[in-house]
Amino acid sequence: MAAQQYDVAILGGGPGGYVAAIRAAQLGLKTVCIEREHLGGICLNWGCIPTKALLRSSEIYHLLHRLDEFGFSAKDISFDIKKIVQRSRKVSKQLSGGVGHLLKKHKVDVIDGHGKLNGAGKIAVTKDGKAIADISAKHIILATGARARDLPTIKADGKGIWSYKEAMVPETMPKSLLVIGSGAIGIEFASFYRTLGAEVTVVEVLDRVLPVEDEDISAFARKQFEKQGMKIITGASVASLKPAKGGYEAAVEPMKGSKTPAQTVTAEKVILAVGIAGNVEDCGLETVSAIKVERGHVVVNEWLETGVPGIYAIGDLVGAPWLAHKAMHEAVICVEKIAGVKDVQPMKTLNIPGCTYCNPQVASVGLTEKAAKEKGYEVKVGKFPFIGSGKAIALGDSEGLIKTVFDAKTGELLGAHMIGTEVTELIQGYTIAKTLETTEADLMHTVFPHPTLSEMMHESVLDAYGHALHF
Amino acid sequence: MPISITMPALSPTMEEGTLAKWLVKEGQAISSGDVIAEIETDKATMEVEAIDDGTVGKLLVAEGTEGVKVNTVIAVLLEEGEDAGALSGFDTGVAAKPAVAPAPVPTPQAEPSAVPAPQAAPAAAPVAEQPVTAPAPRLAAVSGSDRVVASPLARRMAAQSGLDLASMAGSGPGGRIVKADIESALSGGAPVQRAATAAALPQRAAAPIQPGAAYVEVPNNTMRKVIARRLTESKQLVPHFYMTVDCDIDKLMAMRKELNERGAKDAAFKLSVNDFIIRAAALALKKVPSANASWTDAATLRYTSVDISVAVAVANGLITPVVRNADQKGLAEISNEMKDLAGRAHEGKLLPEEYQGGTFSISNLGMYGIKEFAAVINPPQGAILAVGKGEQRPVVKDGALSIATMMSCTLSCDHRVVDGAIGAELLQAFKGFIEDPVTMLL
Repeated sequence: MAAQQYDVAILGGGPGGYVAAIRAAQLGLKTVCIEREHLGGICLNWGCIPTKALLRSSEIYHLLHRLDEFGFSAKDISFDIKKIVQRSRKVSKQLSGGVGHLLKKHKVDVIDGHGKLNGAGKIAVTKDGKAIADISAKHIILATGARARDLPTIKADGKGIWSYKEAMVPETMPKSLLVIGSGAIGIEFASFYRTLGAEVTVVEVLDRVLPVEDEDISAFARKQFEKQGMKIITGASVASLKPAKGGYEAAVEPMKGSKTPAQTVTAEKVILAVGIAGNVEDCGLETVSAIKVERGHVVVNEWLETGVPGIYAIGDLVGAPWLAHKAMHEAVICVEKIAGVKDVQPMKTLNIPGCTYCNPQVASVGLTEKAAKEKGYEVKVGKFPFIGSGKAIALGDSEGLIKTVFDAKTGELLGAHMIGTEVTELIQGYTIAKTLETTEADLMHTVFPHPTLSEMMHESVLDAYGHALHF
Repeated sequence: MPISITMPALSPTMEEGTLAKWLVKEGQAISSGDVIAEIETDKATMEVEAIDDGTVGKLLVAEGTEGVKVNTVIAVLLEEGEDAGALSGFDTGVAAKPAVAPAPVPTPQAEPSAVPAPQAAPAAAPVAEQPVTAPAPRLAAVSGSDRVVASPLARRMAAQSGLDLASMAGSGPGGRIVKADIESALSGGAPVQRAATAAALPQRAAAPIQPGAAYVEVPNNTMRKVIARRLTESKQLVPHFYMTVDCDIDKLMAMRKELNERGAKDAAFKLSVNDFIIRAAALALKKVPSANASWTDAATLRYTSVDISVAVAVANGLITPVVRNADQKGLAEISNEMKDLAGRAHEGKLLPEEYQGGTFSISNLGMYGIKEFAAVINPPQGAILAVGKGEQRPVVKDGALSIATMMSCTLSCDHRVVDGAIGAELLQAFKGFIEDPVTMLL
């Protein structure tokens, strides 16, 4: 088989891979993208997008239970989980098709098959065990992504013990659910199923839910979740899980030093959401021994170079934060560097926002108050509650908080942390501020429209300097 | 509506200049293409031509005014049918007060300078403080090119630590100065003093004066200020180190004699030793490309062309015209080009692109009998070669004492880009070409 020649070959068609392919093609490079399953990757097919579709359904259901408050009445409110899932799948399918169309439009060759690095500059592609293509490329970008981790003692089996993938397509609505892990993925599913009426218990080994968020946000979130009837056990782990009548029985034991009592939790289904491991296997890394893999992730420098000339890695494969937008941005940096674009800027991790679409939503960027203090900053902290916002009250969503952390010395916005309705759409305001390196003064001088939720972002900044107007 | 004539940007990097001389008078009729003024920029004097026809209504900036920012309105032209009444909004008071000739045009600074402004001499009072109508100082203030591009955070950190943003390079998008640049400047330590560069201070305050010693005050022209700023920056920020090699130039001298005899027949060329040095250095850089490079925080920039800056002493200082792609030019071509550049350098008539942007410098003081010396690197270049006099010296050859014409050359290297071994390779290659000049033909 004659090798097909390319300037850039990309292994993986997820958010990192397909964006890299589009950008490379835009820059005039002959590009191929090799994807073994679905274009759009986990994000589009089994992650970000379909879960947002599910959560939209649960949000509507939630509002339907508040109809009276808004002056409506309705009887026999019910839902069909199959239809909810159908809609979610349809959304994914539409977008996956869209990615295919975009790649075609940019004249990127797409190969449907399993690509493996085959020594420097080469990729061998197979489909159903048969070799279908040999690729030779000046630049190879590895974008094979990541997958859910299992626990040493508990492994997702796709039947009663779900990973995110099965949790997204339930055939029937479980009556009770145990969610192991309270990061973004665990909490989003907990929120979805709780809103639709399941009894939900969340077990987290650390001492708070959403442990990467600011402590105030974690505490606020926990209070809200518990108010909604979720059971939350922190500082504890699931020591063992055994089948029991109607599902599973989990032995929950306290972590060392935790005062949480040992207890038994029973649930019909279990969701395992304990983290992510890079897809470093089965992609031929071993054929180029100089590529370094540490803790399940490929090691790269700020330009996503592996150290082997012509081989790069981006996205979940290279480590935290495991976010689609991080992968997409890395893709652009990597390709522009390859193409010799001037003025490429490396990624600043502290300027990457993170969003969790539970109810209420959580969004943040930069350092938490605690992390800022640990780094030695003297901080000024501003907080503004949703109850002080006219728009939030009018929406009927007055539970929430916007917190800002500034360096007292320079006025640098170190971090912003939000919980409440639609905060995932607000965080980019602070992200722009951080990227442009604005100080508190610029934020104070900015006019925020009234009445909007965004006004609270202004007030939080004012509060950090002791002059919030509406609280 | 009168037409504003603004301070032109005579080169892409020009930010300000000295209005050296007006060649027209108020009330004089001019037409497009007439030379109306001479502007002294960083290193050259250039002529300004009128772009429109009309009558000179008012000269707003007096002759001899230094530091006129690009885009500042310097004169107003009346169109046909307009009279002086149309000028009412353009009275800055500067032109009207020739007694205070050196009054600088206000140079709005984005940041309060950390350097306490010394008591300004009355003549240097900012125009804005004079009782004048509002529009004129505004016109000066809207000048776009003096804008320092920096993030708000970088501005505040600079103000807090006394850094002068105007003298810094930014690593952010489009050269924006960002937090990281301030942090690296602060960790370097040096830039704090850079706030006190010549441009930031009135000239009287520049140096402590020896008590009791008599002196004549020689105003610093733009070229002197640029030399002061750039070389201070170089010595403070660039980690210099030096290495010297002695070259036997007997063969070169013989070859030069032979070639010049041929060139003299039709006056085609007359090669100097320096022309050989330029060619040898260019070929050596081609052979050792890692020495043909500049440091930036983001990356080492390895140049793909070899452009040699050659220091030429001129009346008020020095200038470095550039022999571009010197590695691709023969000796005669280099020689003739250098003669033309040096001639025009003495007349102050070099175009900015003729003295900006070289990748390596050569400074030769052999004609003054200097045996050897070490030169200051010309940033952002990575190295400079200092060339001494070719002279007969006793040397040991094959175990016996003999006489040879020797020339000592010292390379100053920026250690951030040129390590010792690379510098040594470059000098070795250079010595090879000089001592066996026939190889320069290959």
